[in-house]
Order: sequence, then C-alpha cells, then structure tokens
Amino acid sequence: HCCLGVKTLSMKLNAAHPISEQSDPLSLSGRSRGAIISQYYNRTMQLRRRRQSRPAIRDFSRSARPSIRGYGMEVDSTDAEVSKRDRLVNNLQNLSVSDRVRMLRGMPLSVAEKTLQKEKHTLSGSQIPCCSQLKYYIIIGARHSWYSWLNFLHSLQLWQVALKTVSGRFGTGVLSYFLFLKTLLFFNFFLFLVTGAFMVLPQAVHPPVLPAGRSSFSGLELLTGAGYFSDTVMYYGYYSNYTLRKSCRDDGGVQNVSLSNGTRLDCVSKHLSYNMPLAYFFTIGVAFFITCIILVYSMSKSFGQSFRIDKSHSILAMKVLCSWDFKVIKKTSVKLMSENISTQLKELLAEVNQKHVKNTACQKLWRLMVHGLAWTICIGSTTACVLAIYYFSGSRIADNNLLLTEASLLALPVVVSLINLLLPGLFNLAAWMEDYESPSVRTYVAICRNLMLKVSVLGLLCYHWLGRVACWESFVGQELYRFLLMDFIFTLLDTLFGEFLWRLFSEKVLKRRRKPVFDIARNVLELIYGQTLAWLGVLFTPLLPAVQIIKLFLLFYIKKSSVMMNCQAPRKPYRVSQMTTVFITLLCFPSFLGASVCVTITMWSITPSSSCGPFRELKTMFQAGKRWVEELEKDNPNLSVLARAHSYLVENPFFLFVGAGIFLIVIYFHSQVVDGQRKIISLLQEQIENEGEDKKFLITRLQSIHEKKRTPARRLTSQVSLCCSGALQQLFLSKAKTISITWPPLSSYVFFFIYFSFRTSAVEIPTSSRQASSVL
Amino acid sequence: MGNKQTIFTDEQLDAYQDCTFFTRKEILRLHGRYHELAPHLVPMDYTNEPDCKVPLALIVNMPELKENPFRNRIVESFSEDGMGNLSFNEFVDMFSVLSEMAPRELKAIYAFKIYDFNVDNYLCKEDLEKTLNRLTKEELTPEEVQLVCEKAIEEADLDGDSKLSFADFENMITRAPDFLR
Repeated sequence: HCCLGVKTLSMKLNAAHPISEQSDPLSLSGRSRGAIISQYYNRTMQLRRRRQSRPAIRDFSRSARPSIRGYGMEVDSTDAEVSKRDRLVNNLQNLSVSDRVRMLRGMPLSVAEKTLQKEKHTLSGSQIPCCSQLKYYIIIGARHSWYSWLNFLHSLQLWQVALKTVSGRFGTGVLSYFLFLKTLLFFNFFLFLVTGAFMVLPQAVHPPVLPAGRSSFSGLELLTGAGYFSDTVMYYGYYSNYTLRKSCRDDGGVQNVSLSNGTRLDCVSKHLSYNMPLAYFFTIGVAFFITCIILVYSMSKSFGQSFRIDKSHSILAMKVLCSWDFKVIKKTSVKLMSENISTQLKELLAEVNQKHVKNTACQKLWRLMVHGLAWTICIGSTTACVLAIYYFSGSRIADNNLLLTEASLLALPVVVSLINLLLPGLFNLAAWMEDYESPSVRTYVAICRNLMLKVSVLGLLCYHWLGRVACWESFVGQELYRFLLMDFIFTLLDTLFGEFLWRLFSEKVLKRRRKPVFDIARNVLELIYGQTLAWLGVLFTPLLPAVQIIKLFLLFYIKKSSVMMNCQAPRKPYRVSQMTTVFITLLCFPSFLGASVCVTITMWSITPSSSCGPFRELKTMFQAGKRWVEELEKDNPNLSVLARAHSYLVENPFFLFVGAGIFLIVIYFHSQVVDGQRKIISLLQEQIENEGEDKKFLITRLQSIHEKKRTPARRLTSQVSLCCSGALQQLFLSKAKTISITWPPLSSYVFFFIYFSFRTSAVEIPTSSRQASSVL
Repeated sequence: MGNKQTIFTDEQLDAYQDCTFFTRKEILRLHGRYHELAPHLVPMDYTNEPDCKVPLALIVNMPELKENPFRNRIVESFSEDGMGNLSFNEFVDMFSVLSEMAPRELKAIYAFKIYDFNVDNYLCKEDLEKTLNRLTKEELTPEEVQLVCEKAIEEADLDGDSKLSFADFENMITRAPDFLR
C-alpha cells in the first residue's frame, strides 16, 4: 500500500513537472538540472562519508598537462533523471537534519523542485517500523519547536524597518555604521544583564548603612554624576565588603566588620549568603572574558569573509559585475550610484590607459617634505593637547559655593570632548594638503591619527586618575560617567552643527546642489571611543552599561533622522566588508585590549582604597579570589590540589609564556599553509590557461583537417576512378593502423580527439596517416 | 499560536521553511505582498496549489525592484518559462535568494544568470556591454564601453575563449569580498 502510494505520487509528480533537458531554456550556468542533481548527489555522498572534496595534489601524475582523469570531474552521465533524483533523495535522507536543511536551502533549484525532494523523502519515511516512527515524530516535533523559536527571535528584531529605509537610500556603507551601533548595543546589554543580576540586584536588596550627611537630589547630578548619585548603587563605593546574609537583623554593628575569616553572626539562615567582594571580582572577570571571546570570534569571522589570498588583478571586471548595490531602492540614490560607478570606471580607464608617470627625484623629495610636515603638525598638535589636559587636570577649582565646585567637575570632560571634536578637523586639513591618490590609504592614515590622539588622551587620563583621592574608585567612576555624557552631548552638537546647519549653509549661502557627505569612519571611531570609556568604567560604575545603552538608543534615532534629512552617501567607493573588519579589529585591539589591560592592572596590583567599596582592607582586589580559595581549602582539605593548581596556573608567569608560545607556533603554521595555497593557486591558473590553449589548438587543427578531408576525398575519388584506388585506400588504412599501434603518444592525442569530438559534434576523426602526421 | 491561517497547510509551510531562508511569518507576509500585486488573479487559498502566475509587468512595479536597472532580468531568471511570469513558488524563491541569509555561492549562480542576457550560459562581450549600459545609464561613450568590456574579459577570462564561463565568474567573485547585494 505504501509502495503503491510512492509509485502514484512519483507518476503524478512527473506528470506535473515534465522536465527534459531540451525544453529547459534556463539551464543553470551551463549545466542542466540533471547535472545539478548529480552534482549535489556527489556532495551529499561526500558529506556522508566526510571525505575531502578535493583530490590531494600528491596523487596527480607529474606532467605539465595533467590528464582530465585526475580531477573528480562531473561528467554528465546519461542516466535517467528520475534515478538521479532517487539517489539524491536517498542520500538526503541519510544526512543529519541540519545538514539536510542546509543542503536543501543552498541548492540552486526552484522551490517546486525542492519540495519534490522533500515529499519523496517524507513519504518513504513512513515505511519505517514503529519505534523509528516514534523517533521520526520526535524529530518532527523538535523541528516545529525550533522553527517557532526562530520565529519568535525574528519578531524581536530591533529597528528592522529603520535599517531598511537607511539602506534603501544610502546603500550598504552607511548601513554598516548603524549595524555597528546595533552590535555595540548588544554588547552593552549583555554586560548590563550580567552586572545587574550579580552585583547591582543583590546590593540593592541589601542596602548598607550610609554615612550621614547625604546631599539631596538636585538636577545637576544627571550631568556630573556626583552629589546624590555618589552614594547609590551606581558607584563602587556603595558596595559592601562582607558577605550579605538574608534575614539578619542589621543593627549598627554590621557594617565594617570584615568577615574574611568566616566569623559567624547569630543569624538564622546561613545557606542564603552572598559573598559580595567575591561576586564583584568574579562578575567583572567573567564578563570581560566572555566579551573577549565574542569579540575575537566576530573579528575572525569578519576577517575570514574579507581576506583574499591572492591579490586581485581583475579590478575592472569586478567593478562592472560586483559593484552594484542591490539594497538601494530610492530613485535618486540609484541615479547617484550609477553616476558614481561611471565616474569610477572612467577613472580606472584613464589609469589603465595612461602610462605610469614616474616622479622625478625633485618631486619625490617635495612629496616627502609635505608628508613630513603634515605628520609633524598632527603629532605636534596631539602633544600640545595632551600637555594642556595634563596641566588643566592638575589644577582644581576650590570654591565655597558647592554648586560651582560641582559644576567645575565638568570642565575637564568638556575640554577633552572639545579636543576630540576639533582635532580631527585639523587632521583632515593636513590630509587635504597631502593629497593622497588612493582613498583607502587616506582613510587608514586618518584612522591612525585619530587613534593616536584618543589613545594618548585616554592614557594620560588613566594615569591621572589612579590613586589620587580617597575613595578614588568612585571618583574615577564619576569621571567616566561625566566623560561619557559629555561625549554624547558633543556628538549631538556636532550632528546639529556639522550636519544640519552645514547643509542649510551650503544650500542657501554656497548654493551647492549636493548635501554634505556622511563621514562613516569618523562616526564609527566616535562609537568605539565611547565603548572604550564604558568598558573602562564597568569596574568602577557597574551601572555604566545601562547609561551606554540609553545613549546608544538615543544616538540611533538622532543619527538616523539627521542622515535622512541632511546627508548623502559617500562619493568615493567604500569597501564595506574591509572597513567593517577594520572597525571590529579596532574595537577588539586598542579599545577592548586597552580597557581590559587597565582593569587587570587595577585588579592585580593597585591597592584599593581603604574607606569604601567591596575590597577595602584587602591588599589587592585579586585577594578576594585568593581568600575564597583558601577558605575552601580550609573547609575541604580534598580541594587542596585545586588550590595549588590555581596558584600555579594563575600566578606563575611561566605558564602564560608557554601558552603564548604555542599560540604563536600555531599561527606560524597557518601562515605557511596560506603561503602554500597561494602558490598552488598560481600553478592551477597556469594549468587552466594551458588547457585552454590546448583546446583552441586542437579544435582549429581538427577543423582544418576536416576542411582538407573534404577536398582530397573528392580528388581521391576522381583518381580512384582513373586508376586502381582500392589498393591505395587499403594502404592508407593499414598505415593508420600501424601508426596507432606503434606510436603511444599518438593514442593519447587520439583520446583527446575522441573526447573533444563528443563535445563538438561537427568534427570527424582523421583516419589517414598523412593527416595524422600533419596534426602531430 | 495565534490565529489559525487558512492560506497554506502546515505541511506546505514546513516545506517552505525547509527549502527557503524564510520563517513562517515572513512567508505569510510574502503571500500578502504577492496577493497585493494582482488581487483578482491570486487566490487567498493556496491549500490545493493553484496554478496562477503574476505577469512580469506587475512584479517589476514592486518598490524593491522598481528602480533596479536589472529588474527585468532578475524576474526572468527566476521564472520557469523565461518570460518573467512568476508563480508563488518562484516568487518566494526569488526573494529567498535575494535575502541576506542566502549564501554567496547561491547568489553568485543567480547573478550569473541575471547578467547573461542572451541566455547562452556564457557572459560574452555583448552581455557585458548591456550590463554596463544599464549600470551607468548610458553615461559612458560607446568607445569607453567597448574598452571596458574588452579589458574586463581580458582580466577575468582564464581559459582564453574570450567569454566568461561560470567558473571564471565564480573565481572573480571569490576575489571580491564586497559582492554583497
């Protein structure tokens, strides 16, 4: 009954979709549907057996012209298509579910075809016995729940409509800025969840007793972060340094008693205790570790997508075929994109046509001087600003008016933000003076200079902050809050003046038709700077990720409306995937690495302040972890092995050196593999060219032989009619036979002839010796 | 979950989810868009797989395709009859391949079909010239167009037959990381 069902279904399907190779006008990329099915059959076979898809180079015979048999070529066999499809369905059945789905989706067949495959597969699945049928139903149920989970995730997609509008108008370049913003939002959201759940919430539920004399809430707190906010769960100083216990009656005596050696209170519930210093230390450590892993993973994925082993020679072809951005749907943007492409093509043509003009020595010297001058200006201005910040931060305005003192706290952030805003303009001017030829070099130089400025400013500030004031951690936290906020305010001002007012100015006063261009690189660097501040500040201000989330949220909407109103897409070609890789790398290396190094140094070697925070009376923050391990060891002597292992691994630098050495060796091996692959690619390209030449040569020769064969055949027949030609023909044939036996190389060429004759149907095999020798 | 929809059977929706990159909701939304194109032609009930096709002229008026210079070729390459009339399956297929989740290899195959104007499975010089004219909206002079096409074929053709087969095209695409769509 099942077999009958299969049969009728297969007949019905064949009737509904009559597929024959002749009637299919759109055979995909030189192969018929049958060939695609057999190709995917091969792929599923390989996937099943997990064999390597390419034959090893070692197995090839050493020859300049490798024979076709060496390659696993997919020759179109003349099997009936139905049997091919059956075999493919059979293979698909035996793959795992995820592999099967991936294969199905990736096949370049229409949905109708694929549903055929699926229906065949599910129908034959009903023939299996009952226990496997149970498994089958379980699998179906699991798949349903997986799809509903995916649906739920998709419905949570943030800002989908907004992103589509932006990409429809500006293309993928500007879109990459907004996607980067979204990525940063998720990083901060993760940090916020972790710190909120493990640090803020327990402490908020068990508030410590606060010192008297708390200031009341005035509006200035939102800007300075000091005042009312300084004794809240926002800052480091609020957190208690003892183990929080539930339902303990906290009278006055509980506060500053350090319970590091496990003194017991007369509390009822002992099992619901929460060691605050340990929690603080571990939460920050684990959050940074997980962020590091996620960053490195996304960086490697992005790098893998954009890195190409061999240099690209086919610039023009790529420009013609690969540069159209299909995401753009607005009419004016499409027009703009066509204009851009034609300009770029004209420039490329001009470059290709003209001979490369060599600079004279004088010109080279002049260019060198200009570059030197520009760099001197940039480095000089950076140093001047850094010194200015140093002296400014040293001076402190003390006044009787408390409000003014508080407001003066804002002076340093304002100065730093102003420098961050104005100095890149100076760098742009210097770059304009230098006049780089290639836009990508120009972008990289601009990024370098901006990076240099921001790194030196942040480095100076870090040095300035550590260990100055009593309860310096809270002070640092407040400073970072102020810096973040000022950065946001200045970005708003920059958007207002730089984009909105500039557009009005250029339209009304300068009467230019074009709107200002959205500078993607500068905006992304600003985002990275803000994120560095957030990462630096998590240790001192656990609620800083929340502030950053609010800031990024508002920034998205402000930037989006500004871009839609005031800007246009960049005119120069913007290599999106390369720039995205650069930005993620910048986020990982100077930004995250710098922040984590600072935090690690703070935790490892700097003495925490003794009057506030969860680590008072400890020598370093790291001691919290060590103490816990010692306590564990005391309670369970069996765990002493663990404690010793911990002290060896974490504190002994030798282990780190060994680990780093192994890592470097692995990287070296991989780079050698890449080198080898490069060489193989060039070899294979040569071989392809040679094969092409062979093909051309043989085809032209065969055609000329075919031509010659026609005319001598006529002369031969006329001669034959004159004298006895039978013997002559016999002689020719026998000669051909002996030649084919005695000349082995000839037989291989004959193999080539036979092969190509199947390809080009209008060619005949030569049979006479004279023709064969002329071919040779 | 939610209201029971009667446009497709559950098996059909599952089949679509397996064979394309869309979720259930997206497929229903696509059906809504397809229906909007020709409300009198497209039935709301697809459970018995009606055989209706929306003509090319209506599909290229969709906002996603309207301004695209290759809109006709895109729709034609997904249609079974080569004329650009799409059934719902082909419609879903088109948007599945055009979506962000489709892998590059799949997009490369269809991109080759789109640029192959004379449907001979090779990108010859005329194909490239037509592509270029559509890209630049005829801003280049005919000599420039000729020059660009010659140089492009020179650069990308590996086996020397002065036209680009799919292997040449694929090889070039792998060198262009910005081939996004």
